[in-house]
Amino acid sequence: MPAMKFQRLVLACATGLALCSPAAHAQLTVEITGAGANRLPVAIADFTGERIVSQALTSVVRADLERSGLFRLIDAGSPLADSATPAFEDLKARGADAVAGGSVAMAADGRYETRIRLSDVPRQAVLGNPAYLHTGAQLRATAHRIADFIYEKLTGEPGVFSTRIAYVVKSTGRFELKIADADGSNDQAALASREPIISPAWSPDGGKLAYVSFEAKKPVVYVHDLASGRRHVAANFKGSNSAPAWSPDGKQLAVVLTKDGSSQLYVVNADGSGVKRVASSSGIDTEPRWSPDGQFIYFTSDRGGSPQIYRVATSGGNADRVTFEGSYNVTPRPSPDGKSLAFIARNGGRFQLALMDLATKQTQILTDSAKDESPSFAPNGRMILYATEIGGRGVLAAVSSDGRVKQKLSVQAADVREPAWGPLVR
Amino acid sequence: MRALISISAVTLLLAACGSQPPAPEQNPAGVESRTPGAIKVDTAPVIQTKPDTFDPTSIAALKDPRSPLSKRSIYFDYDSYVVKGEFQALLTAHAKFLAANPKMKMLIQGNADERGSREYNLALGQKRAEAVKKALALLGAREEQLESVSLGEEKPLCTEATEECWGQNRRGDMLYSGEF
Repeated sequence: MPAMKFQRLVLACATGLALCSPAAHAQLTVEITGAGANRLPVAIADFTGERIVSQALTSVVRADLERSGLFRLIDAGSPLADSATPAFEDLKARGADAVAGGSVAMAADGRYETRIRLSDVPRQAVLGNPAYLHTGAQLRATAHRIADFIYEKLTGEPGVFSTRIAYVVKSTGRFELKIADADGSNDQAALASREPIISPAWSPDGGKLAYVSFEAKKPVVYVHDLASGRRHVAANFKGSNSAPAWSPDGKQLAVVLTKDGSSQLYVVNADGSGVKRVASSSGIDTEPRWSPDGQFIYFTSDRGGSPQIYRVATSGGNADRVTFEGSYNVTPRPSPDGKSLAFIARNGGRFQLALMDLATKQTQILTDSAKDESPSFAPNGRMILYATEIGGRGVLAAVSSDGRVKQKLSVQAADVREPAWGPLVR
Repeated sequence: MRALISISAVTLLLAACGSQPPAPEQNPAGVESRTPGAIKVDTAPVIQTKPDTFDPTSIAALKDPRSPLSKRSIYFDYDSYVVKGEFQALLTAHAKFLAANPKMKMLIQGNADERGSREYNLALGQKRAEAVKKALALLGAREEQLESVSLGEEKPLCTEATEECWGQNRRGDMLYSGEF
């Protein structure tokens, strides 16, 4: 087996490209660098039942909730089964507003059955008691689903702990397109290449990634099916092909092509057929992103003399300018609810993540870094993942849309860049 | 025995990877054909055949350091895709060469410095490549000999965060058949 791994590496190096390379063990570590002001105090008690399994579950659930920056973990004092009534008075004295207990039992088919009960402490009321049937290999995934359940019950918004992220790792002479859980664990390489890979974009169903690879010595857009590892060319016209963005129904891609001159916006079917132009200018049009309702495409253009953000109706017509302040506003990313727009603004030589309320046009700078790029909303809109640089090295960071919660995600001894947060798992 | 094992391992791997083409597929919709993988960039030292003279339209002139054709880069100002006057003579020499060698093709790769958005820089690199292409076409090269592509900020020649380094990376490179 080690010989096989070695052969794979040789093969990967020989072709300069590997679609089934072994994952290099360089996991993303997540560090919380700022938290919300009013964190909800919640106690996650040790679950009862098989100790190793229950401990693994509770530690991941706690880490998920803590990392969100919205919760303050309270020590529950003692283990709590899903069937037991929590010691409400004691929990109240400890300052907990909510408590979760659970139990792990072996099911008849050899799988585990984990049952949870989440309760409101002041009201002494049950908020929900789901059950999960899972294998030992599905421990982390189950814990993320439990954390999603607790998050949704307590905040009213869907949790994103079960989602995945994609990003590109650059090490010496090697680029890897990686997929990992939202907490950075379980990273796997979908593609490894000697040539750059940029602009990964998740299909709305989470099954595919579109991206730009330079393996043909020029930028070409591919669509990569994650389950099968198969991929196809979505755009390889004369000149450069780049900046793929999925339509909300997953049937089309907005892409940037230069077949008719400079970088312009086109829409193609996801299989690469039916190319048609959607906007035109004599300068640069790039970085398209559909609005969540599919009515508009936001994009960057220098048609007014400096790069600014515009939007055009997908049904056609003139483009409207969206950003006006400053001389460099790029990389528009509409929020999942369509109400705000994240983008990168240059302020006195610093490139920073900004967020605009589309109704009022009010803009807030969310970071104090200098080389921010590629923002990507969590599918519940709560956090924005982006690339930045710390100490000359590319790292990923995330900030809540109110600017309070901050996280840093880094891989040792490698540049991490081009993050894309995947959709909600249904 | 050892060789046998590694051959079968490779075969197994090829079978495992068989469904995953290493090279781009053809797009069904009228896409140009390319043959990726066959990259031959000759970096061997130039062989000087005749010490005194050279034919400026011969293939050998491309690598002769005495010929302007051995110079392949056009440099740009920050956030600009205007070809500066100082590069006119160099572009004229390449345009003449292309006109005299109609079978020769040229790939023009545009590049950008690292500051700002990757995709915007890709577009900026494309504009630079396109500006070089237009200049060459005006000076006598044929449109079908030229392709302009962009590498954006992805293939920097220089990786320091200095103005000098960024200046080297804001560049259009001219590559001839056999070099890309």
